[in-house]
Amino acid sequence: MSMSESYKSIIKNGLWDNNQALVALLGLCPLLAVSSTAINGLGLGIATMATLMITNVVVSLIRRGLRAEIRIPVFVIIIACAVTAIELLMSAHLHNLYLVLGIFVPLIVTNCAIIGRAEAYASKNNVVAAFVDGLMMGLGFTLVLVVLGIFREVIGYGTIFRHADLMLGPWASQLSVTLFQDYNGFLLAILPPGAFMGLALLIALKNKIDKYLLSRIEVSQKISFKTTPMNIVE
Amino acid sequence: MKQASLYKNIFTPGGLLAITALFGTGILFIINWHSSPYIQENERQVLLKSVNSVLDNVQYDNDILQDTVEVYDQIQLGHDSPSLIYRVRKNKQPIAAVITVIAPNGYSGQIQLLVGINTNNIITGVRVVKHKETPGLGDGIEKQRSNWIDGFLGKSLRNPKVGGWKVKRDGGEFDQLTGATITPRAIVGAVYKALLYFQTHYVDIFSDPDADI
Repeated sequence: MSMSESYKSIIKNGLWDNNQALVALLGLCPLLAVSSTAINGLGLGIATMATLMITNVVVSLIRRGLRAEIRIPVFVIIIACAVTAIELLMSAHLHNLYLVLGIFVPLIVTNCAIIGRAEAYASKNNVVAAFVDGLMMGLGFTLVLVVLGIFREVIGYGTIFRHADLMLGPWASQLSVTLFQDYNGFLLAILPPGAFMGLALLIALKNKIDKYLLSRIEVSQKISFKTTPMNIVE
Repeated sequence: MKQASLYKNIFTPGGLLAITALFGTGILFIINWHSSPYIQENERQVLLKSVNSVLDNVQYDNDILQDTVEVYDQIQLGHDSPSLIYRVRKNKQPIAAVITVIAPNGYSGQIQLLVGINTNNIITGVRVVKHKETPGLGDGIEKQRSNWIDGFLGKSLRNPKVGGWKVKRDGGEFDQLTGATITPRAIVGAVYKALLYFQTHYVDIFSDPDADI
């Protein structure tokens, strides 16, 4: 496989084929807890992405010195350090967001996707590839969080990007869109069951799209098979 | 097991693990050293903002976060540990106090409140600091979700009159929230008790010898 092709497959894996939230079903605890609004999802997604990139790079850097029997505890130390560092820096420099996401940030430690990538990818690949893998896996996870957040927020509150100013500063309060005036809200979408239902719908949608794409490929293969003999006749 | 393989199988990995842990601790030490002053200042600002939010139209000149007193009254303030009172003064004269109160009987447990009362026994604001009420129903008590909590502004023991310190469903003057009666009932009760406490302990609160003014 050529270099650019392998990066293409890393990107495709992270965003779609092996999406940590929709396919691997890893990291569901923070995913379900935080996706009640789009901004919450975005905040936790970015924090998770940062953690994934840091841990993937560090694990890849030390992969030659790593011994099989202690690799899991070493991964745990690296992940715990990265998350604690992110939590401290967030509390120091993005305090408003920290107040919203505070209790969920330590939860990143429990996100199996991170140790999963360290074990399955970063410990076997070079630093650049590991970095891209962390970025793409994190991005795929963030996208699911944001889409799920938008879905739950629209149904639950009738808005999109409410409290955007908590994360992006005062100017971002203009981003908040109220879709329905005098909407009383639909509680179920905001509570945990709404998270499960939303995630189930997203997974079903992804499977549907995959099936459709697969059938397209099969059809085009059949067509090309049929057309080949005709070409010969001509 | 031979000595050499003992080293190889136990001490080398153990040593490597210890080095990793030490290294990680070192990095966290540096980051903590960098962030702790920012974090302290942020926390102070957050606290100051929430205390100020219950001091509507109160002009003061003391450092209210330092000028505090701890009192203990489980029946009227709901705490089973001492509760903090921020004392608000201008030209060293008491003008108001902010009392931390717990409403023990919320729909899902305790509701933590800040109640600001001026020296005329009139409420200058109430805010919910911490609660576990149902999202979408009971959480209308939060200022960022509805204006219900502003209904206490300007109220006192004489306004509304005796019997009025209840939610409307119980025959009082305070609105309940759509779909939630228990939560507002708990808060109305707690605020009323805080007013009673302030009226009877006014002198004690401001004459505390610990006063650091």
